Amino acid sequence: MNLMSLTAAELGRKIKSGEISVREAAESSLAAIRAREGDVHSFVTVVDEEAVLARAGEVQKQISEGTLDSPLAGVPVAIKDNLCTRGLLTTCSSRILGNFRPAYTAEAVLNLEKAGAVIVGKANMDEFAMGSTTETSYFGVTKNPWNTECVPGGSSGGSCAAVAAEECSCALGSDTGGSIRQPSSFCGVTGLKPTYGTVSRYGLIAYGSSLDQIGPIAKDVTDCALILEAVASHDKKDSTSVKREDYRFSEALKDDVRGMKIGIPRDYFGKGLDSEVKEAVLKAAKILEEKGALVEEFDLSLVEYAIPAYYVIASAEASSNLARFDGVKYAYRSEDFAGLHQMYKRTRSEGFGAEVKRRIMLGSFVLSSGYYDAYYLKALRTKALIKQAFDKAFEAYDLILGPVAPTTAPKLGESLGDPIKMYLGDIYTISVNLAGLPGISVPCGLDKSGMPIGMQLIGDCFQEKKLLQAAYAYEQTRAYEHCPLAQKGVSES
Amino acid sequence: MSKQYETVIGLEVHVELATKTKIFCSCSTQFGGEPNTHTCPVCTGMPGSLPVLNKQVVEYAAAVGLATNCTITRNCKFDRKNYFYPDNPQNYQISQLYLPICRDGGVEIETAAGKKTVRIHEIHMEEDAGKLIHDEWEDCTLVDFNRSGVPLIEIVSEPDMRSAEEVIAYLDKLRLIIQYLGASDCKLQEGSMRADVNLSVREAGSEAFGTRTEMKNLNSFKAIARAIEGEKNRQIDILEGGGQVIQETRRWDDNKECSYAMRSKEDAQDYRYFPEPDLVPVIIDDEWLAEIKGRQPELRDEKRLRYKEEYGIPEYDIDILTSEKKLADVFEETIAAGCRPKEVSNWLMVEAMRLLKDEDMDASDIRFSPAHLAALIGLVDQGKINRTVAKEVFEVMFREDIDPVPYVEEKGLVMVQDEGALRSAIEEIVKNNPQSVSDYKSGKKKAMGFLVGQTMKAMKGKADPAMVNRILLEFLA
Amino acid sequence: MAKNVISDETIEYVGILAKLDLSGAEKEQAKEDMANMLDYIDMLNELDTAGVEPMSHVFPVHNVFREDVVSNGDDRENMLANAPERKDGCYKVPKTVE
Repeated sequence: MNLMSLTAAELGRKIKSGEISVREAAESSLAAIRAREGDVHSFVTVVDEEAVLARAGEVQKQISEGTLDSPLAGVPVAIKDNLCTRGLLTTCSSRILGNFRPAYTAEAVLNLEKAGAVIVGKANMDEFAMGSTTETSYFGVTKNPWNTECVPGGSSGGSCAAVAAEECSCALGSDTGGSIRQPSSFCGVTGLKPTYGTVSRYGLIAYGSSLDQIGPIAKDVTDCALILEAVASHDKKDSTSVKREDYRFSEALKDDVRGMKIGIPRDYFGKGLDSEVKEAVLKAAKILEEKGALVEEFDLSLVEYAIPAYYVIASAEASSNLARFDGVKYAYRSEDFAGLHQMYKRTRSEGFGAEVKRRIMLGSFVLSSGYYDAYYLKALRTKALIKQAFDKAFEAYDLILGPVAPTTAPKLGESLGDPIKMYLGDIYTISVNLAGLPGISVPCGLDKSGMPIGMQLIGDCFQEKKLLQAAYAYEQTRAYEHCPLAQKGVSES
Repeated sequence: MSKQYETVIGLEVHVELATKTKIFCSCSTQFGGEPNTHTCPVCTGMPGSLPVLNKQVVEYAAAVGLATNCTITRNCKFDRKNYFYPDNPQNYQISQLYLPICRDGGVEIETAAGKKTVRIHEIHMEEDAGKLIHDEWEDCTLVDFNRSGVPLIEIVSEPDMRSAEEVIAYLDKLRLIIQYLGASDCKLQEGSMRADVNLSVREAGSEAFGTRTEMKNLNSFKAIARAIEGEKNRQIDILEGGGQVIQETRRWDDNKECSYAMRSKEDAQDYRYFPEPDLVPVIIDDEWLAEIKGRQPELRDEKRLRYKEEYGIPEYDIDILTSEKKLADVFEETIAAGCRPKEVSNWLMVEAMRLLKDEDMDASDIRFSPAHLAALIGLVDQGKINRTVAKEVFEVMFREDIDPVPYVEEKGLVMVQDEGALRSAIEEIVKNNPQSVSDYKSGKKKAMGFLVGQTMKAMKGKADPAMVNRILLEFLA
Repeated sequence: MAKNVISDETIEYVGILAKLDLSGAEKEQAKEDMANMLDYIDMLNELDTAGVEPMSHVFPVHNVFREDVVSNGDDRENMLANAPERKDGCYKVPKTVE
């Protein structure tokens, strides 16, 4: 049986019932990685077999002893490489962290391990999560498992490709401006960005602190709900962590959208949206309507201002967050310098890639003396207006429905040449981060060239359950489409 | 010098707060650990680590603000100050720029010229940096983050001071207020209180301020006084020579008694402050503020008034006793143990102050317990020991905090009250010193002193001086 | 042609702030990229934000504190484990004093 073609929940059930051992699941994942990594390159680091099997043994023991009773127990997972894992390389796909082994494990990862997940590898990403293609990784590009000439999206491209290529059951990603939802859409998997503050950021190497949020990437909505249930927590180590009243997300998995009010922003369907994507997303809306949801169009407004506001805020925060990479305390230090300041400059210039440097320069500039009000405060005011626009929308609607990205996955090498054009690809996802909202990307078809299309549902703050319920109901109308590459190596294993 | 100049001084005073843990993590703030043994991912700037604010820091900062007549900012926030330096692990310092916790206060100082108010512009909370150790052998620098993240408040005054004397009076006032609050021990030498001096000069009578410089690295009152004098003269020399003072940060070298500019082209002095996204706002509501106010101890000015009314001791004693919180605490606790205020005051003012001076100690270093001082005073009152013995016992108590009651027993220092024993000792002395006896009888009264001394020596100092006098006079009559 | 023009001095200055040493070609590219981005960001000026409070935190969460209790012990080895250079229990860097 091809165990990695199962959802995490299905695999978890088989492990729980004893039909499959944790070791078998882990071995299946490692075999799939061996067979497909050459094609997709989802991972920066694959955990060595001995360590994976030792961990599998521990989890098996806990299950047998009855001390572990989680639906995810024994499930092989990938962790985005910006989440700290104690003793295990954590690079952010950057040269500057090329040899960094953290002293502690991120809270979200600890929570997932408590639920019995077995980490098989650290997933590739855009360097420091800055990018939309996973092409800015220092450790090589990740390819889209549906077509290896295409990008998997980004920045959580490795996590999404690993799930789509069925190298593991599910994964954790992070989303600052669309970094879970957009690659999920490009890779034909389901990805959820929770409400800001739902999952602890402790141990997530920061890009834009006020926007970053960790979330699940999986084959379906059920898995996303289960993973979110496992990783969400009120963490005293993260001051921005929110204590929620209800963490029982899987309760929302009901095939029922009757009476749910869904708004479709006209502004999301204008110029720049690929017609096939538009068609698929509107078809999905139609299906929800047929199932009893009240669907109508409305004007969200301010959509085009989200991107410039985002790039000011995220770059400013990044310029400060990434200042700590200086060759003093950890990881890369240039070998060729005279004196302290040259050490700083050489280390950082050699250690960071072009996109990271571009954003650090922009962020340093917009915060510098004389520009703070004009750029940074202006962006924070714009953010307030965008939040207001969403607040207003959620007075009328339970959910907002739209595309995740204007197109399906572009070809490798087509995006990096024109940064602004690349940034425009995040137009439907970015405002969700500015307003701290939850959003989910759900596969809703393939285009003519066979590339996946994603639909995005956006909820009001803390309304993950509504989001999951609608996504789940929609999902019941279609089967999960496995990518062709996921068959590779199955017969041998 | 043809013109008259006025010196204008403002101070930025950094005070390390007396919390047990750092401002944003649960590492100890204790001094003296091996390098980097009080560190964790937060205070070494590890990727992914996040700060969580120590509540006690807010309470101390607000308490200092209240005691210096500031308005407490009910909704205050933290900001990041960005600059690269190896003692700054994140290469940004979490501080407060836009909404500091306290604003618009002031304290009254007393100088030879009379009373004067120094206004406080603001007080903000921030984290301390690590320590840089220069390694002579390898000509490199070593970084120790034990101090990184120790909580500081920075008290920024208005440019209201005009002389070193005023500066020192202001610093002393702040020191006392903060020590009384228990918010810091405020030791300049150990760096728990540090002052940066902003100084400019202007022609006497001018309203406009001159260009100021900021001087750092001042770690004693004497260094501050010398630095002010040195910088004032440097600026006047520049102006007299037709030059212009440059606004810059300068480092005072107290050994060479001169300052150096700290600027380099790699330091742009553009800190790119922005709101710290990893921390949430601090809202101080009426209830919390009332709680902090309620916990406010009696401060020095209030104590002085009360000592005068309640204890009736001289103004001079009051000044000294309240000059250090520890001294006042010992004073009050000894009285509470049943001693007369004047008696306690005498022991502290004379013996304690003498020993502190001999040992080059601060009153805050006093180790003996008030209960032991009270016991010692009790021994004298009960006639168990005489004053000479008591002074010796005090010295031992001062150094080792011994309990005087068992101590005088063990060492056999209790006065001999056995009149028979004394009488026979005196009889012996009178017999053995016929010359002194006849000297006394022929009117040389000084001889009496010699005989008393001999008696005390024979009694090993434990005789009651009054009894010795009485019996000797009987023999000499 | 970008409306914003970034001078050599500005790129030099921002490089000092950001501690990045850009080559000649990188500087030219950075000038162009930054000018283009600022042109794009200037779109925000179309919005009337007068009277709008800048929003740094999305949620009104406040007063998140730790109690003042020491719970971290000596973890020096772990903290220094990734240091590029260390000596005597410290991080070693080029000398900071001239």
